[in-house]
Amino acid sequence: MRRALLVSICYLITVIPGSSLEAQAVPRIAFEKYTLPNGLEVILHEDHSTPIVAVNTWYKVGSGDEKPGRTGFAHLFEHIMFMGSQNVPVGVFDKELEAAGGDNNGSTTEDRTNYYELVPSNALPLALWLDSDRMGFLLPTMDLPKLDLQRDVVKNERRQSVDNVPYGKSEEIILAALYPKGHPYSWSVIGSMEDLSAASLDDVKNFFRTYYAPNNATLSIAGDFDPVKTKALIQQYFAAIPRGPALPPRPNVPAVTVPKDTFLVLEDKVQLPRAFYTWPTVKLFASDDAALDVLAAVLASGKNSRLYKRLVYDTQMAQAVRASQQSSKLAGFFQIDVTPKPEQSLAAIDKIVQEELQRLMNEPITARELARVQNSFKASFLNRMASVQTKADILNQYNYMAGTPEYVQQDAVRYERVTRADVQRVARLYLAKPKVVLTVVPEGKREMMLTSTGGAR
Amino acid sequence: MMSQRSIRSLVLVAAATGLQSVAGAQAVDRSRAPMLGPPPKVSLPPIITRQLPNGLKLMIVEQHELPVADFVLVVGSGGTVDPSGKPGVANLTSTMLVEGTTTRSSLEIADQIAYLGIGLGTNSNWDASTVSLHTTIAQLDSALALFADVILKPSFPTSEFERIRKNRLTELIQLKDRPTAIANQAYASILYGASHPYGQALIGTEASITGMATSDLVSYYKTHFFPNNSTLIIVGDVSPAQIEKKIAAIFGGWQRGTVPAYTLTNAPKAAGTTVYLIDKPGAAQSSFRIGSIGVPRSTKDYFALTVMNTILGGSFTSRLNQNLRETRGYTYGARSGFDMRRAAGPFTASAEIVAAKTVSGLIEFMKELNAIRTAVPPDELLKAKRYLQLGLPADFETTQQIATVLVPVALYNLPLDYYNNYVQNVEAITQAEVQRVAREYINPSSLAIVIVGDRKSIETGLKAVGTGPISIRDFFGKPVTQ
Repeated sequence: MRRALLVSICYLITVIPGSSLEAQAVPRIAFEKYTLPNGLEVILHEDHSTPIVAVNTWYKVGSGDEKPGRTGFAHLFEHIMFMGSQNVPVGVFDKELEAAGGDNNGSTTEDRTNYYELVPSNALPLALWLDSDRMGFLLPTMDLPKLDLQRDVVKNERRQSVDNVPYGKSEEIILAALYPKGHPYSWSVIGSMEDLSAASLDDVKNFFRTYYAPNNATLSIAGDFDPVKTKALIQQYFAAIPRGPALPPRPNVPAVTVPKDTFLVLEDKVQLPRAFYTWPTVKLFASDDAALDVLAAVLASGKNSRLYKRLVYDTQMAQAVRASQQSSKLAGFFQIDVTPKPEQSLAAIDKIVQEELQRLMNEPITARELARVQNSFKASFLNRMASVQTKADILNQYNYMAGTPEYVQQDAVRYERVTRADVQRVARLYLAKPKVVLTVVPEGKREMMLTSTGGAR
Repeated sequence: MMSQRSIRSLVLVAAATGLQSVAGAQAVDRSRAPMLGPPPKVSLPPIITRQLPNGLKLMIVEQHELPVADFVLVVGSGGTVDPSGKPGVANLTSTMLVEGTTTRSSLEIADQIAYLGIGLGTNSNWDASTVSLHTTIAQLDSALALFADVILKPSFPTSEFERIRKNRLTELIQLKDRPTAIANQAYASILYGASHPYGQALIGTEASITGMATSDLVSYYKTHFFPNNSTLIIVGDVSPAQIEKKIAAIFGGWQRGTVPAYTLTNAPKAAGTTVYLIDKPGAAQSSFRIGSIGVPRSTKDYFALTVMNTILGGSFTSRLNQNLRETRGYTYGARSGFDMRRAAGPFTASAEIVAAKTVSGLIEFMKELNAIRTAVPPDELLKAKRYLQLGLPADFETTQQIATVLVPVALYNLPLDYYNNYVQNVEAITQAEVQRVAREYINPSSLAIVIVGDRKSIETGLKAVGTGPISIRDFFGKPVTQ
């Protein structure tokens, strides 16, 4: 569904290592980057294989920039950006794009907000007109009814993705327990109903003036276009938008630690309980980030992964198990969650989880395990090269998160360098430390909650 | 804006040249949408067809952008021909293909998928069972060997089936947690009734899964998995001649067989409109599924219905979404669609609506389902047609997308130039035809309206609005005795 909320914060752009497989070369994404005098960064990537163009704009603002009492605002604002601007009456944005055969959407994370259109190549000027108008001229037609309408839509998005969904409220509870009060990641991107209700028209105006300026945005265009004509169009539509004030600095947050194991319980409308284990780790592109990605896959990706094989395949005590390293610009965490089969106890499952973690700390993984993960990562990387929409977004991701769009090969090297010993080392370094354990239980079944964990200290 | 729209209307189909006329370098007039050049010429990749002596059809499309290829085997049998009283057999047969072959165990298959870095998946719907492979060209031979093994030599091991059975039974328990899943399940059951296949559960029921044995799956496989009941779609960085040779070597020994013919009776349509209320205490939203039995994929009205539905609920600016989301804020999104199968599948309008606006939501749904039966304004019709026509090239970007859009061509015997003629077929749809199909297929006085929500807070209002009698149902659509 459009205007989706992106809560997932881990980009797995990965590549291969020294396995015995014949390696398929990591393609470079050729691009040109320049900056307009008003600060707008532009990234262009030509790909004429299909007559379509992806226009992808990142604003360097996300839920991590929200003020206390206004959680969810960055995402609510994303919705507001579709409600018309000075020269684009409300509703016209979508109607014009659809009439031109295009689609569009936006998404918000802790760190950034993106907006994108995918259009037939002749409609590129239309996308640039629409995007530049809302970048430069959003406020003249902004009013409370527009805010109120999207407030209602976003509240329904929250109901549909959090409140009316089994286990849906687990994320915000974990984030609040994992991060200290006031940490930019201590609340969820979707925010609370109370804070959504509190958002005012002044908040909208201030947020726009602070963050939605060309000097806080990057326009990435990928696909079938003529670069000379496109640069002229960008000049025409964007150059006159005035630079905004200096951006407030992002909080420089210290590394997060959980002082001691914390056990939480949430009663929910669920048939089966689910336990979530969460450890603070490292941010995106930090030196151990890639090894933690590999560790997650070794634990729970595929039938031969350690936790899946023991819990779901062999003993069949669990219905499902997942593991992930979720890393963002300021911080990251490692998470495992497991859902028991009916009549199976979480305590017994926990014992196995702890045994398997201990085993990963005690001895290196096998060469085959490493090869499986690295080869699969490489394939997922190649698949991202297939669509201009994804390429435009990847260029923006690297530009913001790594400081340059030219980062594909470096990203590949990260994963090539992960060794069996690295995986053992990061397991010991991060997963032996105190964690947050949330058990979601069926209503009235608090006795199912985990109150201690076994092996790993 | 109007001038620009009419320019688009001039160029639509004929656009043979791709030259854009971009405004000059001087200051731009921001007060109006830019004039656009003609849309790019739609040139869809040619489909090469072949047939092996055993009847296996091949559809090959070259796409050399990346060193990858996609393969989809489409077997022309799905859940519709589940044995009577055993819903879920087709689905579990597909599921079990990757759980062991005569030469590879379940774990070995999984190990090779990951080691080769390929995607290998199975699926089944009402009309087909599919096996899909995505691979790099560097791993093509190993990947094809594995792909062929799971298609040709599945062994349906009992121990693996017992695990899959437990897993499926647990999934069925978990389904009770999700109002959207409950609504889908109950809606199908209410529309089609217990005796029609489309009223059954594709993934099976607690009773059918419990009573199933691997012999049911083996029997389904032996009855339907024949080369002469299948098409292999191949898209990617391959040479047609070479890949045909490879495929002939691997699949040439697959024995043809006789696929039992079947006919589907049409389920009786609803007489009158009824509101089926399913209680989900405390639900924050009410899940709406509204509609009736629609049309088969072979309908002559395919393009008229597609255009009409785009206007009603098939795009972001469609009436349902504009009304229920962008005007009233009752929901995160509202939509409608015709699920076209070999026989008439359902027409469904749906949304998740905030509990407090359940009654208002129903009123607006009914308003739109009535309004679409009157003439659609020309500009709205034009927008829908352009959206469908000009958006077509984006469906042909990646190997995976091309393979996906070819599945219905294979399955429903659409002409090979189906997509080449798509633009003109959409263009031919008139205002009168949109109105005719709306009146023929959307009948507000004989709808099934399924609402999963907090009965305590919504029942009184639903009664008062008087759209139809209220029938209280359980999660499976069965009547609840008070």
